[in-house]
Amino acid sequence: MVRYFTRLRVRRIYKWGGRPYIFDRKLKSYGFEYLNMSVEGQEAVTTVTPGQYILIEGNDDEYPFVAKLLKLFGDESHKQKKALVQWFLRLSEVPQNKKLLLGRSPHPQEIFYYLGRACDDEINAESILGTVHVQHVPEDTPFPEPGTKDTLYVKLSWDTKAFNVLDPVLMQDTSASTPPKPAPPLFTPCASPTATPVSRGPVHHALPTPDPTVMRRAGSVSDTRATMSAGKRSTLEAESIHSASKLSASKILSAKRRGSAADTPGVRKKLQLSIGASPGKKMTRADVLCELLDEEMESEKVVSLKLSSSVSHSLQHGCSLSPMRSGCKTPNGQRRFPWKLTSISLDRLSPTALGEQDFSSDLLLAVIPLALEDEVFEAGLPTDAGSANTPKKRQATPRRNYVRGQKPTTPSRRKESAMAIREPALGVLAEEDSEDSPMQPIALTPRSKRKSAQLVSLRIRKQLNLLDNTQELISDGDDDCFVPSKKELQSSSNEEKTDSEEETVAKKTRGRNCKTSVRTPHKTPSKKVTPSTPRCATPCIPSRTVPARQPGNILEEARARLHVSSVPESLPCREQEFQDIYNFVESKVMDGTGGCMYISGVPGTGKTATIHEVIRCLQHASDMDEIPTFRFIEINGMKMTDPHQAYVQILQKLTDQKVTADHAAALLEKRFSNPAPKKETTVLLVDELDLLWTRKQNVMYNLFDWPTRRHARLVVLTIANTMDLPERIMINRVASRLGLTRMSFQPYSFKQLQQIITSRLNKVKAFEEDALQLVSRKVAALSGDARRCLDICRRATEICEHSASHPSSAGLVKMSHVMEALDEMFSSSYITAIRCASLQEQLFLRAVIAEFRRLGLEEATFQQVFVQHRTLSRVEGLQPISVSEGLAVCQRLGACRLLLLEASRLDMLQRVRLNVSQDDVLYALKPVRD
Amino acid sequence: MSKRKVKETHMPVGECISQVQMILRERFCHQRLPEKPVGMESQHKHLLELLRRTAVHGESNSVLIVGPRGSGKTMLLNCVLRELLEVKDVNKNVLPVHLNGLLQTDDRIALKEITRQLNLENVVGDKVFGSFAENLAFLLEALKKGDRSSSRPVLFILDEFDLFAHHKNQTLLYNLLDVSQSAQAPVAVIGLTCRLDVLELLEKRVKSRFSHRQIHLLSSLSFIQYLDNVRSQLSLPQDFPDTKFYDEWNDSIKTLCEDQLVVDVLQSHYNSSKDFRSLHLLLMLALSRVSASKPAIKPTDLLEASRVCMVDSKANILHGLSILELCLIIAMKHLNDIYEGEPFNFQMVHNEFKKFLQRKSHSIHNFDKPVVIKAFEHLQQLELIKSMDSSTAKIQKEYQLMKLLLDHSQIMEALQKYPQCPTDVKQWAMSAFG
Repeated sequence: MVRYFTRLRVRRIYKWGGRPYIFDRKLKSYGFEYLNMSVEGQEAVTTVTPGQYILIEGNDDEYPFVAKLLKLFGDESHKQKKALVQWFLRLSEVPQNKKLLLGRSPHPQEIFYYLGRACDDEINAESILGTVHVQHVPEDTPFPEPGTKDTLYVKLSWDTKAFNVLDPVLMQDTSASTPPKPAPPLFTPCASPTATPVSRGPVHHALPTPDPTVMRRAGSVSDTRATMSAGKRSTLEAESIHSASKLSASKILSAKRRGSAADTPGVRKKLQLSIGASPGKKMTRADVLCELLDEEMESEKVVSLKLSSSVSHSLQHGCSLSPMRSGCKTPNGQRRFPWKLTSISLDRLSPTALGEQDFSSDLLLAVIPLALEDEVFEAGLPTDAGSANTPKKRQATPRRNYVRGQKPTTPSRRKESAMAIREPALGVLAEEDSEDSPMQPIALTPRSKRKSAQLVSLRIRKQLNLLDNTQELISDGDDDCFVPSKKELQSSSNEEKTDSEEETVAKKTRGRNCKTSVRTPHKTPSKKVTPSTPRCATPCIPSRTVPARQPGNILEEARARLHVSSVPESLPCREQEFQDIYNFVESKVMDGTGGCMYISGVPGTGKTATIHEVIRCLQHASDMDEIPTFRFIEINGMKMTDPHQAYVQILQKLTDQKVTADHAAALLEKRFSNPAPKKETTVLLVDELDLLWTRKQNVMYNLFDWPTRRHARLVVLTIANTMDLPERIMINRVASRLGLTRMSFQPYSFKQLQQIITSRLNKVKAFEEDALQLVSRKVAALSGDARRCLDICRRATEICEHSASHPSSAGLVKMSHVMEALDEMFSSSYITAIRCASLQEQLFLRAVIAEFRRLGLEEATFQQVFVQHRTLSRVEGLQPISVSEGLAVCQRLGACRLLLLEASRLDMLQRVRLNVSQDDVLYALKPVRD
Repeated sequence: MSKRKVKETHMPVGECISQVQMILRERFCHQRLPEKPVGMESQHKHLLELLRRTAVHGESNSVLIVGPRGSGKTMLLNCVLRELLEVKDVNKNVLPVHLNGLLQTDDRIALKEITRQLNLENVVGDKVFGSFAENLAFLLEALKKGDRSSSRPVLFILDEFDLFAHHKNQTLLYNLLDVSQSAQAPVAVIGLTCRLDVLELLEKRVKSRFSHRQIHLLSSLSFIQYLDNVRSQLSLPQDFPDTKFYDEWNDSIKTLCEDQLVVDVLQSHYNSSKDFRSLHLLLMLALSRVSASKPAIKPTDLLEASRVCMVDSKANILHGLSILELCLIIAMKHLNDIYEGEPFNFQMVHNEFKKFLQRKSHSIHNFDKPVVIKAFEHLQQLELIKSMDSSTAKIQKEYQLMKLLLDHSQIMEALQKYPQCPTDVKQWAMSAFG
């Protein structure tokens, strides 16, 4: 909803205002009455005084933090500007798993009074972005109609555990200092206009119920209104000659579009009807106009003031606005629909106009009245699109001339441009667009237009994606209204398409090529936006029709418990490691600092499991309010296709954003290096660290460098198999950042393994004690891998079950079963394979050995072996086989890897080696010969 | 016996034969699964139990089926799957995913194929959207969301499992096996491979996650069983329409299998390899000799078929050579004898050949050198001789070192059968030294 041009990197200048008073003698800090902030290169100054609600720069450009300013103070040198605030939270800042606690779908502009203690309430005053309205809504009253989008509502408080009803006392002290309904912030301290806060109220109510068709028509308008919130800020910050001059071209365009959309009298009639049919209040048209005007004035007063243009001018706009305005009454749930619409119409616009689409809809406000009301209407009902266009065009021409001539701004243009930029939602896009494409549509070659068009459409799609995500978060139950809106969207876009095509034709005849060329390249990208690719596909495996059967008898129960996947109640035998890791992470979380830890150990020694256990405990502790809240994210080197994907995954898990690797790295860099208030500690588990190795090692470098930043609050736990990984593969600067906090998990001893099994079985009596000991001893001797141990036990239960005549009569798992399982898993199959080979194959193996002995080498060519083979088969009394057959035999042995062969294209000359020891072969062949 | 049945017994012989051909060919070409896998009952039971537990209890498992080529790995698996899907509440509840290491040559393709077969939500029609990284993340997310009791078990069948182990980092295997070892959607990873050393190919982390269950298919079939198997493979099923022909055919097969000639042929086959695929090839050849005029398999058919099967491929090529080329080969053979397998070049062969022409030849007159070179090159193209060094460009053609890819026995055998071979050439070949 609120979007700031942080990407623009406008430099703001902050100055203390009022007289300093000594606030703390000891610290030599001074308090100040207010803070003046202005944007570089502009005269307009915003004043922030304690008691006001402010927006604070945060991680998310779209949703800055909200807080109430309590106190402004600085140090002696006046260099550091600090502020004391009371935080408010948006729902998106509430942890994902706690969101459900709200129990209802949140209001999109709802914020929560923050009662937690984890956040630092002292902020850098220079991170203040501006002021905002916050209104306290009593618990049992519904939220006011969403008329003005720049007001936020507080109803509940959030104390990191639950939502509580907000004590009105907490909010009262503000209402004491400021009027009951906080007045809009003063933009110019000197001459405050007659900002009538009272007028706001009626406006909300006066808004007529929207007729669906009108809504659709006016979608883009309503969107602008909907998305326009603290637009004044943007006017201040982002006003640029660029957009101002660009504007006029797009303005005409949009005017045309709007005109053609509205040129059927039916629609227009409906528009008016919808006003007349407004429920509840009956009012004359003039009333409506007046009230709308008031609101309009309020939002535009900055502009009008600054530009010192006549108020009457803006009045004109306000009046004509009325039909469109109805759109902004859209219920909140449907807000998605207008947003979407914007994007569609956006796409169809010319690339340059595209950037300004946001205000093009604003322009409608300005142009339609002129074009429609004044001319079309007065000139009589239009018969077709062409005739509807004519007057508009006439209207439009003078403005075009501005563009061509690049004349200095005239009041009217300035005003319009200001209006244009007021649109915040896509404002960023607009700005970016203005950066990389020149503002003059005429000067553009079609090629570059296409390029920039695609660029923009790409951005929009990205934006849309984000939007969809956030909206989904906000409203869960809106799925049903999502589908129809899509339909509408398409239908309306179709209509508009035909309109625009007509227009194009009309224009061509008049030789206005520039417009058509601007328009045409955009048709291709617009197709891309149609939902062909499953963008918001949810990953899930279809669910089964019949629920899985529960284990029936003891052996099945034991098997379920012994499965590696079953989460044990506790992790035995890793108490020391658990404690060490716990202490490490806990201390970092408590201090709000960062650090790295390296954990090594052979596979199956419980590294990941222990860390998960630690995190579980810490989460519990933070739930119990013993330690501050923290976030846990986990990445695994094996679960990504490329080391650089680590950035993408981390960012996605942190913020739910999907971006490219490079961009993700930049965003994370920013996130971890910039101080941001209200930042909780992040615990990052990097599993299989060795796979994040790259030639430059920049991924590892960054991972270990971020925790060392002052404001990062990042704890990195890394896991790999080898103890000396830092020394072996890391260059010095990476290894040094990893530090020396290391831990190694030793392979389990047989006692530990036995304890693990026993604890997992947890009194399910399925194994004989000796059998367990045998398994654990065997595994401990071989690898100490707990997974192996559990797998063997599981297999033993199966063998036990099968050996019994009846499944229910199967008793305990005995030694013999375990022995069989061990045999199955550990015995080499080579000897059995040789025994089961055909006679010729066995003979060939003997020939190989004979040839090796003759040569005294462990290698021979097939040709040599084959001679031996032939001799041997004569001795055995077998008919000698042909060379082809001999080769086939050789290849079969090679396929099983009993022999190692060279490539078979070498034919007779391929060299043969044994993959088994000669003794094994002889041993395997002996009984067969006897 | 019903009237209809009586009527059916008088099917014309030609029709009966075509019926027989159809039934048996289906069997030999592996188009129809056998009723029950022969000689692998315990493995069958083990695998069936394992997959049943995955399907019914939602228990994740991983298993490797290892056996030499043609030992019936795929057949066993298909039998088990068929049996598994016959169970009613399993039928709709499992999602089999078939992958083949020869088709899915890297993880990118394999992931797309898995996603396509699972028909996840990023599949539209037959296309999978998203990049490699996205696909992986998507699949993992999907599997992670599932849980033991509610989501459908997925059976990943990886044919030529060893080839998957060559993929970069073994990402796919790691992830599949990791899912099978963690509380996510239930999966069964079934690998089919003929390599006995497949576990050594797995990276240590991947190996640790594998359950180490291996089902070995190593047939320990005795010759008697083999013979029985041949009989049952050739016998007609009981539901054959023409009862008279059915009896006749089965009797003839019985006597065929008792014939000494047939037993000898089969014995040599058994000695060579025990797998059924080569047996089927033999029987197929014999079957195709059956016609309406000869409505039974005769022992000679089988003998002839075995001769076709076992024929030396190079002997056939030698029969097609010209006398000059044959002479060159004999010259090479002599050079091999003299220099004990050391490589030779064209000049040496040519000298040897000229010596023969001067001393012993009566029927063959002199050839120009270019003609001889041409013949030599032809032999090289047939890959009867092979150049020893790879950098052929540097050395002149005449002096390139070559090796003969023929055994002496092959040459002698070819000479015996060569049509109208001049006697002096034969004698030259048999003489000890040039």
